[in-house]
Amino acid sequence: MSEAAVKSKTVRFSVTRQDSPDSAPYQEEFEVEYRPNMNVISALMEIRRNPVNTKGENTTPINWDMNCLEEVCGACSMVINGKPRQSCTALIDQLEQPIRLEPMRTFPVVRDLQVDRSRMFDSLKKVKAWIPIDGTYDLGPGPRMPEKKRQWAYELSKCMTCGVCLEACPNVNSKSDFIGPAPLSQVRLFNSHPTGEMNKAERLEEIMGDGGLANCGNSQNCVQSCPKGIPLTTSIAALNRDTTLQSFKNFFGSDRV
Amino acid sequence: MAGNREFFNRKLHSLLGVIPVGVFLIQHLVVNHFATRGEEAFNSASHFMESLPFRYLLEIFVIFLPLLYHAIYGLYIAFTAKNNTSKYSYFRNWMFYIQRITGVITLIFLVWHVWETRIQAAMGADVNFQMMENILANPFMLAFYIIGVLSAIFHFANGLWSFMVSWGITVSPRSQVISTYVTLGIFVALSIVGIRAIFAFV
Ligand code: HEM
Ligand code: SF4
Ligand code: FES
Repeated sequence: MSEAAVKSKTVRFSVTRQDSPDSAPYQEEFEVEYRPNMNVISALMEIRRNPVNTKGENTTPINWDMNCLEEVCGACSMVINGKPRQSCTALIDQLEQPIRLEPMRTFPVVRDLQVDRSRMFDSLKKVKAWIPIDGTYDLGPGPRMPEKKRQWAYELSKCMTCGVCLEACPNVNSKSDFIGPAPLSQVRLFNSHPTGEMNKAERLEEIMGDGGLANCGNSQNCVQSCPKGIPLTTSIAALNRDTTLQSFKNFFGSDRV
Repeated sequence: MAGNREFFNRKLHSLLGVIPVGVFLIQHLVVNHFATRGEEAFNSASHFMESLPFRYLLEIFVIFLPLLYHAIYGLYIAFTAKNNTSKYSYFRNWMFYIQRITGVITLIFLVWHVWETRIQAAMGADVNFQMMENILANPFMLAFYIIGVLSAIFHFANGLWSFMVSWGITVSPRSQVISTYVTLGIFVALSIVGIRAIFAFV
């Protein structure tokens, strides 16, 4: 690069890279020209256009995941300057340099900054995070949901399965099979829906299984880290109450279904 | 129990931490506190405890087995965590970490303390005011006892906080903030009782 690059402001990056799921990670430094309102993804795109590191060596473009670019899909999560967050909303102006980018190691690394969040989708299937409405005949309209409750439930429904809460949790790691806060909170969401409530016990019993709710140790990092401000620890405590009652019902039997 | 083994084990661990182990801790600290009223008061309080009916049954089923279960499963829980307070230095994350550290310190202290008192008693020694006076005359042992007692009390008080979350008693954020202050108060109050008792022997 010529004079222009020397004169203009640049942004420095230190990226943890990894060529394949089982190869060793390594560090690579990059420098890109500053543009106003840049975010981490636009900088990564800039590097992709001309993948040369600070030593002047040609290298492979950095791999990362993204989709919506407006913090609703959760795909672009990575660890930026030590904290897991979405790279599409990480503004360069607000970050200390060199900006350190790492993959969220709680998940298997696919390549560079891209991780495989399949375990979260598997957990959602496991806890039946949906409302079964199919029948062999038309079941008619379900019970109505009060508007106030709908607004309340909307907050819980904002989860984008981004994985930040699992990354922040000290009890989600390679030594434990804890499913983590996000799918638990979804159980609370679907259990409070008037139709979803009909399968409440099934979902509760699922999270009373191995790797379930009881693995929570109340570090409460999740609620501090969730980019959507979901009240995860309130969900967990509420589910603790529900599962305690459910376990009594299972053991003693109950006059209610 | 219908349902799941891990769920049951965790709930049992949580319950035993309060009943009976936590209740025993309070009772033990209160009995020790008689030392502040002099040698005789302490000896008669401790002899009263020793002469309770069904002493061995009580010791085994109210103290020893619950504590053993809580301690062993607690070690397993403590070592499956990957503590990350350097990255996430939030108050509750620190409490989470200190809960595990104090659990381990308490275990080391208890093994030593039980060896030095209850096991020696079983081998014929007389556990009384004078014995504690001799132990605590050593400044290292004094420091060890202060650390051990404060660890156990912290672990119990903060454990009460998480117990109330684990059983769904404190659900809302506000109730959890209030219980933080309440359990902090319990920590301070029991620490005064414990430390006063220790210094009564010095
Ligand atoms: C004086 C003896 C002890 C008392 C009174 C006590 C009490 C408690 C209480 C009340 C809890 C809270 C339960 C909950 O979160 O639901 C707890 C948790 C815990 N205890 Fe103990 N404990 C004692 C000894 C130990 C020992 C020796 C260990 C061994 C390392 C230990 C390890 C733990 C751990 C790791 C937890 C956290 C469990 C979790 O968050 O899931 N405790 N304890
Ligand atoms: S609960 Fe929050 S942090 Fe966790 S996956 Fe959902 S959006 Fe991400
Ligand atoms: S790309 Fe969808 S959240 Fe960032």
